[in-house]
Amino acid sequence: MPNNPKLEQADRPWMIRTYSGHSSAQASNALYRANLASGQTGLSVAFDLPTQTGYDSDHALARGEVGKVGVPICHIDDMATLFDQIPLDRMNTSMTINATAAWLLGLYVAAAERQGVNPDQLQGTTQNDIIKEYLSRGTYVFPPEASIRMTSDVVAYTVAKIPKWNPINICSYHLQEAGATPVQEIAFAMANAVAVLDAVRVRDDVPEETLGRVFGRISFFLNAGIRFVEETCKCRAMTALWSEIGRERYGIDDARMLRFRYGVQVNSLGLSEAQPENNIVRIALEALGVTLSRDARTRSLQLPAWNEALGLPRPWDQQLSLRTQQILAYETDLLEYPDLFEGSHVVEALSEQLLSDARSELQKVLEMGGAVSAVENAYMKQALVESHTLRIQAIERGEQTVVGVNRFEESTESPLTAEGDASILKVDDSAERDQVERLLAFRGARNDGDAKAALQGVEDCLKNGDNIMPASIRAAHAGVTTGEWADTLRRVFGEYRAPTGVGSARGTLSSEGTEAVRIRVDALSETLGRRPKILVGKPGLDGHSNGAEQIAVKARDVGMEVVYDGIRLTPEEIVQSARDEGVHVVGLSILSGSHSVLVRDVLERLTKEGLGDVPVIVGGIIPDDDAAALRAAGVARIYTPKDFDLTRIMGDLVDIVGEAAQ
Amino acid sequence: MSSRGPGQVERLLEGLAAGDRTAIAEALNLVDDRRSEQRHAALELLDGLASRPLPHAPYRVGITGAPGAGKSSLLNALVEKLRDSGAGIGIIAVDPSSQRSGGALLGDRMRLSGGARESGVFLRSMAARDRLGGLADATQAGAAVLSSVFEWVFIETVGIGQSECEVAQLVDTLVFVAQPGAGDTLQFMKAGILELPDIFVVNKADTGPVAERTRGELESTLGLTASPEPAAWRPPVLLASAQDRQGIDTLLDAMTEHRDQGLQSGRLEARRRSGEQAFAVDSLARRYGEYGLERIGGAQAVAQRLAEPGPRSIFAAVLELGHEIERGLEPG
Repeated sequence: MPNNPKLEQADRPWMIRTYSGHSSAQASNALYRANLASGQTGLSVAFDLPTQTGYDSDHALARGEVGKVGVPICHIDDMATLFDQIPLDRMNTSMTINATAAWLLGLYVAAAERQGVNPDQLQGTTQNDIIKEYLSRGTYVFPPEASIRMTSDVVAYTVAKIPKWNPINICSYHLQEAGATPVQEIAFAMANAVAVLDAVRVRDDVPEETLGRVFGRISFFLNAGIRFVEETCKCRAMTALWSEIGRERYGIDDARMLRFRYGVQVNSLGLSEAQPENNIVRIALEALGVTLSRDARTRSLQLPAWNEALGLPRPWDQQLSLRTQQILAYETDLLEYPDLFEGSHVVEALSEQLLSDARSELQKVLEMGGAVSAVENAYMKQALVESHTLRIQAIERGEQTVVGVNRFEESTESPLTAEGDASILKVDDSAERDQVERLLAFRGARNDGDAKAALQGVEDCLKNGDNIMPASIRAAHAGVTTGEWADTLRRVFGEYRAPTGVGSARGTLSSEGTEAVRIRVDALSETLGRRPKILVGKPGLDGHSNGAEQIAVKARDVGMEVVYDGIRLTPEEIVQSARDEGVHVVGLSILSGSHSVLVRDVLERLTKEGLGDVPVIVGGIIPDDDAAALRAAGVARIYTPKDFDLTRIMGDLVDIVGEAAQ
Repeated sequence: MSSRGPGQVERLLEGLAAGDRTAIAEALNLVDDRRSEQRHAALELLDGLASRPLPHAPYRVGITGAPGAGKSSLLNALVEKLRDSGAGIGIIAVDPSSQRSGGALLGDRMRLSGGARESGVFLRSMAARDRLGGLADATQAGAAVLSSVFEWVFIETVGIGQSECEVAQLVDTLVFVAQPGAGDTLQFMKAGILELPDIFVVNKADTGPVAERTRGELESTLGLTASPEPAAWRPPVLLASAQDRQGIDTLLDAMTEHRDQGLQSGRLEARRRSGEQAFAVDSLARRYGEYGLERIGGAQAVAQRLAEPGPRSIFAAVLELGHEIERGLEPG
């Protein structure tokens, strides 16, 4: 053992980013430039839901969603504005974009070309991981086969033309948000990567000898939860399993290609609405989990804001997250040492255990035909719903401690939230109107003939099986819009609705509380003449269905009949469903911030259908002011992330339906 | 949600005649209601429907098969085709209830593609609910309501043996959706359900040879059990792919052929009659047991009573017979 265990030269820090974007390309560009000026080293673009699901800002489904959870990008001018005065040859840009990844990359390339930058100089990442969209995040559009083809088109194109691009970022992040245990997170992410690699491997335009390079360009996007010791070991286990897969399944032996490269966004699921300042500490500890072990350290890190469970973070909140990273990277001595866990039996044993459990789970998925089959037969989705149910139950019962939520709940008034809704960012409602105006002006000014011809080019290559990227880049230059591009694909591929996974999910264990509600439900059934029936609806484009799924499973477990049709429904469809199904209560779940518009729309339509006496409850990230307004508009109850006790919510439902039946 | 009280039945009958969605929904709620006042109103409504001539000839199709066979996607593909032709479509989708809580998760299987509901398709999900009266009561009454409005009425259930028999009683054509894969046919045979369906469809034909093999197995198995009677309908075994929209036309053709042939030969009429009888007998036996049924002369007598003319729904007849049994069981 040498006397000085330090590295000869300290490591360079990971890429420091913040996931951001809102309102408009112009507003987001200002935010990016400010973030870069304060020491951020890369960009991470958040797109709004219409952009992610392939609708222009003026589409009916986009109503209320434009600029809410990210920036709206409808055409090349939007993209050019987004990166105005940011030289793309010197930027590393990560784009959280999936179903429409090929298109947004096309716009990015076109915007770079406008700046005079050759595509081969571009660096960055398209998330482009559609399988986890089916499982958790919900911004899928096309059926699995078609989606995998699009993904592999982007892989084949970038490996040849944009060699420093990460064409896909396999996300285990969202799996953990959906409830995955560490073993599930590892195994399902690997299964997902295998599905993509298998699809790429058989392509004619990917010669055998480039497979190593393809493998080397696949990156991952992980989650880091509060159990940071286990998370450290998870990263180590994934590092080992990835290189094992590379060697054994794909015959790759170049150590550089086998390296497990990953970025991280730390956990949002565990952030609490109660005593939200505690999240500052959680976020720092979670960041430690993915940076501590040098051999398995993340290459880029995004930290959420402490008040994410309350609403959209303000610039100051994002700055705090940025400073947290900077303290870890520049102030502590973390980067000065080799791997701290070398020789640690404990860390080694835990990593080994996760590795071996994940290996068998992966094998199981591969045996049922791989990740695509396990999406279609709902195996993975159901496993996640079940794990999530167990997690919520453990918190409800106090078996899993969440400080400030189910333990140490007493709190003095927090000065951080004293200002109420002033402590979050609100997107101005005029953002949507302005964006639509710009879009109409853009369409009016472009050469329609060129756009039409370019769209035809996209359609032709979908049908011929040619790579979609070159035609998409041409379409971007020709002024095609996001909605037009996606509509063309929808026409050719069709649209897909993924299994919700709740149908056959095993339920919660019964507890005293649950049993008491069940007895009340039975009594209520006598009063009503039939079992209480609830419609769980997710209006709008937001695909984060975990909350809705948990409510659905719990309602069944207390004896209610539950209609849950999955995500992305229009208010009109929800109201028609409520009427056709003869439900006693409607529950809406919305996390995208478009609650005000969508809930009101549902309420108005219910009244119009003569269903004004059917009570409506709403769950989501809903600021207090909005909640008050919604209550005034007739919403019976509003639940936010602090209402983790599902049994209590079920009790409320019995009350509400009982009162309405009077 | 519903204005109860006098005039409700009249109002619903009018609403149903006009094809009003809210009225359909309310009527379905009513026939599902176990409270005694509502049960009387429901009977009145069902009698009213039975005595009213319809402007259309409703056709009921059952779709059944093992979980995961792709019944919903196949139904979805059928519905897309049919609604292009402007036909009115009503669907009852039955999901199992949780044995433990009595609750149920509905709707997940019926992933109708966007806009289906607004383009004239009416979908009601139901729970099989073993506790509060059987699946048959709810679906039979529900199907009667939907048949009064729509030309096409589909009833989708998960195939678990018993439910096939119940569904077979109330539909004109029973379609069995099979999943490609070895061994399934043997399971079907064991369950004895190969005798009931009028049409077999091997879904997921995109799996190629596997689907072909399953089809072959089904055909040869059916060859062994098929009725020797030459005039009888021979259940075809079709291939389809809901995903690729393949074989949907052929399936529709087979369905209408089965219906038309049944209409011409009088088989359909006989089937509807015997279906009602079987429903009545089952329903009475469930409530009063074999012993109770014997008090009024058994299944034979029930059949005779149902054959008596009169504008009376099957439900009212069952109620009436039930009262007779109760009187017979009273001491003294």
